[in-house]
Amino acid sequence: MKKELTIFDNPKNVKRLRMGFFIALVLLLIAESFVEMHGEFAVEHFYGFYAVYGFISYVLLIFVAKVLRKFIMRREDYYDH
Amino acid sequence: MITNMLPPALIFVLGAILIPFLRGKVKAVYMLALPVVVFITLLNLSLGNTWIVEFWGYELIMGRIDKLSLVFAYAFTIMAFLGILFALQVKDNLQHVSGFIYAGSTLGVVLAGDFLSLYIFWEIMAVSSTFLIIASRTRASREAGFRYILVHLIGGLFLLAGIVLYIQKTGTIAFDYIGLDGIESYLIFIGIALNAAAIPLHAWLPDAYPMGTPTSTVFLSAFTTKSAVYLLIRTFPGADILLVIGALMVSLPIFYAVLENDIRRVLAYSLMNQVGFMLVGIGIGTELALNGAVAHAFCHIIYKALLFMAAGSVLQMTGKIKCTEIGGLYKTMPLTCLFCLVGAASISAFPLFSGFVSKSMIISASAHEKIFLIWMVLQFASTGVVDHAGIKVPFFTFFGHDSGIRAKEPPLNMLFAMGIAAALCVGLGVFYQPLYNLLPFPVHYEPYTGAHVVGQLQLLMFGALAFTLLILSGYYVPEVRSKNLDADWTYRKFGRFAYKLLDKGLNSLNRISEGVLMGIVKSVVSFFNRAAANIALFLSVNIWLLLGYRDKRLEIKKNRLYNDIMQGTLPIGIGAAVAISFILLVFLLT
Repeated sequence: MKKELTIFDNPKNVKRLRMGFFIALVLLLIAESFVEMHGEFAVEHFYGFYAVYGFISYVLLIFVAKVLRKFIMRREDYYDH
Repeated sequence: MITNMLPPALIFVLGAILIPFLRGKVKAVYMLALPVVVFITLLNLSLGNTWIVEFWGYELIMGRIDKLSLVFAYAFTIMAFLGILFALQVKDNLQHVSGFIYAGSTLGVVLAGDFLSLYIFWEIMAVSSTFLIIASRTRASREAGFRYILVHLIGGLFLLAGIVLYIQKTGTIAFDYIGLDGIESYLIFIGIALNAAAIPLHAWLPDAYPMGTPTSTVFLSAFTTKSAVYLLIRTFPGADILLVIGALMVSLPIFYAVLENDIRRVLAYSLMNQVGFMLVGIGIGTELALNGAVAHAFCHIIYKALLFMAAGSVLQMTGKIKCTEIGGLYKTMPLTCLFCLVGAASISAFPLFSGFVSKSMIISASAHEKIFLIWMVLQFASTGVVDHAGIKVPFFTFFGHDSGIRAKEPPLNMLFAMGIAAALCVGLGVFYQPLYNLLPFPVHYEPYTGAHVVGQLQLLMFGALAFTLLILSGYYVPEVRSKNLDADWTYRKFGRFAYKLLDKGLNSLNRISEGVLMGIVKSVVSFFNRAAANIALFLSVNIWLLLGYRDKRLEIKKNRLYNDIMQGTLPIGIGAAVAISFILLVFLLT
């Protein structure tokens, strides 16, 4: 029997991954103060604009999709004869 | 050079004919050698027109070699190599032959300098790709293939009509920049846009592509849409309508991708979204934007093929490809999982991966032109890509809930194909200068500025944060077995309804018309029938009177004759006599 990878079966590893992810997020916000954000548009000069816009876009996408599902979802065999 | 005798298109198309006669290792080596020969041919070409053939007084240019056509030809040839390497273990020759003809005709389209050879290759492309769709030999794939070819033949007719008008107007079959001006340009535009899956002419793509075999879908993902992108760059750069179509294409399909259960259909919607980025680039039409569209097409062909290869590997090894049925596959397919993650990072435009160095050119171009709304839409769509292609595809396939499936890694050739594609994705992302050198215009663009990297990473990572929070709180879109309505509804459901409507409406009209018409015909016929009988009686009775028949005997004779005429049971001699006497009577009366 081939051996399996089970790294994410251990909740501790999932927790570590999540912690690493959150730390990366904080570092990214801090990093913005070290680079010059030279955008063409005024919004780009707001601190953390990309972080906020990314987050909001994502949430909006999911919630609009959920509403859309009410209108367009059909049974899997909808087109079958 | 001996390799320059044949155009690349013909090397593939003619080379494909030999495939069914070869077996085993010889066949494998031969198939892998064909793209290599084409690549060497391309490398040896000098700029300008070659392979010019006289045909009915027209000049067919099978080799318009400039920077724009060359970069696409390179991408398609690399793609053909990867696709065939991935499909090497497939025994079905139909797939190999149609795959090569498909790739060859695409090269023909890209290198064509005139409309006639373009159109011929265009139609070969449509037909050969249909065989790749129906190659899974299921009822669903046959039906999807049928819809696919119908849509593309109609698109081809638009293109042909446009071409005919164009030739009539300009007197030449050569083409370059056209621009939207006049009926012929709109017809050509519609024909090309359909192949680019431009909304609202897009439904064939998510309908048909996920129906292919694990390996044929990889082929399908590359050629048709990107050859259309190439043609749009050449013929309609800067067309404003492409901004609108592109903006719709980057944004609408991502909602469908979020909801879709079939991984390959998620990737099909994602393909549309990526082509949308290219169309926006073409719509902006500046040198930076067009460079961006070309670079994005190049990178996209490779990472999209990589993603379809990963999905194909999963389908081949598990027989399943729906989110609700798979999950936790990283345990036994770690390499496939790794390659899929590389593809996901590339399409999400993560720094150091290929999508970053190409997509950012288009977004920057929109910023340079100060098109704020488009810029916001593109950034929004970038987050959408992170969701469906960057996270959903790898997460629900390889992680997520454990489906209990313990499938092995795919065969070595498939792993190699994915490995090379993944290496190219990272290679293009890190060493982007060779790609930039291939672009049609000189590049003054630096993707790796601090602002760019930090901004892009924030956008992606905080999108991923939203995913994490939504999935932990249970608010993420649940995976459901379902079918989502798209524009193909118009010809799949409404089409059938319309057919029934026409059947009921027109056929009952038919029946009424038939009734009315038959009534008139019947009465006319019976009138003439009776007229004939009466004339015959009139003539006969006089003769009978002369011969001395009277009363009952005359009555019997009259009845018998009348019935014989009305029922058509008259002996032929008498019928002829009546007819002749009728003609005689008419002749005498006039």
